[in-house]
Amino acid sequence: MSANWEIVIGLETHVQLSTDSKIFSGSSTAFGAAPNTQASAVDIALPGVLPVANRGAVERAIRFGLGVNGGLADNINRRSEFARKNYFYPDLPKGYQISQLDLPIVNGGEIAIVSPTRGEIKVRLTRAHLEEDAGKSLHEDFHGMSGIDLNRAGTPLLEIVSEPDMRSAEEAVAYARALHAMVRWIGICDGNMQEGSFRCDANVSVRRPGEALGTRREVKNLNSFRFLQQAIEYEARWQIETLEDGGRIQQATVLFDPDSGKTRVMRSKEDAHDYRYFPDPDLLPLVVDEAWLDRVRGELPELPQQKRDRYVSAYALSSADAVALTQSRETAEYFEDMVDVLGDDAAKTVANWMMGELAAALNRDNLDIPRSPVTSRQLAGLLRRIRDNTVSGKLAKDVFDAMWQGDARGEDAADLIIEKRGLKQISDVGAIETIVDQVLAANSKSVEEFRAGKDKAFNALVGQVMKASKGKANPAQVNEILRRKLS
Amino acid sequence: MSLSIEEVHRIALLARIEVSDAEALAAQRQLNEIFSLIGEMQAVDTEGIQPMAHAQSALLRLRDDVVTEVDQHALFQSIAPQVEGGLYLVPKVIE
Repeated sequence: MSANWEIVIGLETHVQLSTDSKIFSGSSTAFGAAPNTQASAVDIALPGVLPVANRGAVERAIRFGLGVNGGLADNINRRSEFARKNYFYPDLPKGYQISQLDLPIVNGGEIAIVSPTRGEIKVRLTRAHLEEDAGKSLHEDFHGMSGIDLNRAGTPLLEIVSEPDMRSAEEAVAYARALHAMVRWIGICDGNMQEGSFRCDANVSVRRPGEALGTRREVKNLNSFRFLQQAIEYEARWQIETLEDGGRIQQATVLFDPDSGKTRVMRSKEDAHDYRYFPDPDLLPLVVDEAWLDRVRGELPELPQQKRDRYVSAYALSSADAVALTQSRETAEYFEDMVDVLGDDAAKTVANWMMGELAAALNRDNLDIPRSPVTSRQLAGLLRRIRDNTVSGKLAKDVFDAMWQGDARGEDAADLIIEKRGLKQISDVGAIETIVDQVLAANSKSVEEFRAGKDKAFNALVGQVMKASKGKANPAQVNEILRRKLS
Repeated sequence: MSLSIEEVHRIALLARIEVSDAEALAAQRQLNEIFSLIGEMQAVDTEGIQPMAHAQSALLRLRDDVVTEVDQHALFQSIAPQVEGGLYLVPKVIE
């Protein structure tokens, strides 16, 4: 495979909205109920029923529109329409899905991401529209038949379509993660990918830089960030190899098989669905007025971008720090809680610990921040002891590990561990002098070398003192006392 | 505008309606008459007029997000041809 190909990716993401009831009926949307116990006459499409739209679903779409547009409402259509998307499948009992086509509720917006190669970029959103989910087909063997569970039929979805602004699988994953964080941040989706609350389709094409867009293939139903990455990498490589071998790319819908790591064609353009959309005569135009928009805007939390700007200006953090600290609302809350306790000047230290020790431990144990064994108050308690020189920065890491293992509980866990393990820093001048004297006596060679002008020898002596004190001597004092004694 | 007989068969397939060749010819004639009527209507100048989404000029009514339905699957499934473990059984379709 030669270099000099550009991969172009756009994502369509189905986000399940966190309403209690369905988008057009009063059935529960709770996950995991016994089959068909949450499927009403509307959901199973008995004759004569009519859909009645759920205000909560519409409101979540509005929150999204505001959230991806810096709180402005110029991307929200004051009047939108529902349409019927017609196709036949057993888990779609009406024979059509109610969706939006010509006038979706949201047009435009953007998601900021950090690209590994291009730095901070904005991925533009084309649109976001409301629609209902279909039921579930179970193809295990029921005497050669398929089983249909319509509990999911009518669950509200927001389909979010991005522009083809991504240029690598890493950027696509960064976008999907940022979008996932956003929908959870503004409280419109639980983000549970195992339960299908957040699923991506990736439109992938390749071209020579500067040329027109290549023919795209759509990889359907990617329900983890890892599969998204693998599927795009495989698909792009396959397209490049096909073109380099003199082949042509045919527009198609493909499925990713996680077991083989490959994509395979589900349907080609010739037998693509012809959905014959038309405005749904059962539903009138959806109108959103200014009062409603104002109320929803007033209820929005501070958005990730707003927080980032504030962290940079108020705490003098770098842009990269600010992005890392706003990966999720819980991460930002953890950070802000610690800064509340320790004061604004501690912000940089807090950020370093969160992105260093804490992130590494979370990563190692495959946990997210809400499930961190070390709470923000416990970590703040530890940083306070570093600041007042009770414990050295080095031994603080041991204290952190002990807190992580649950050696002590409560907000004063750090103090308890420092006490119990005798990790308290030695800042008593007399005590340090005693150790220094012993070290100097035992290391006359280093002392001679230092006096002969070898600076390295000094560091060796510091090391010996620290070792003799089991890491507990205050390093600044050790330096000072050594210099004094050697001069 | 007029429809070819192939297009009539394609539309019938999309709508899952089985049509014989004679029925397709009849449908083609009728559909083309409808198209000629639409052709007449298209002579009207609609420049600058917002397309109508609904015949009524009312707006969508919204309901509060509250669960109001109860489980009635036993009743609904009493008319289903085949049921097992709460699932509706249908001929196997795999895409």
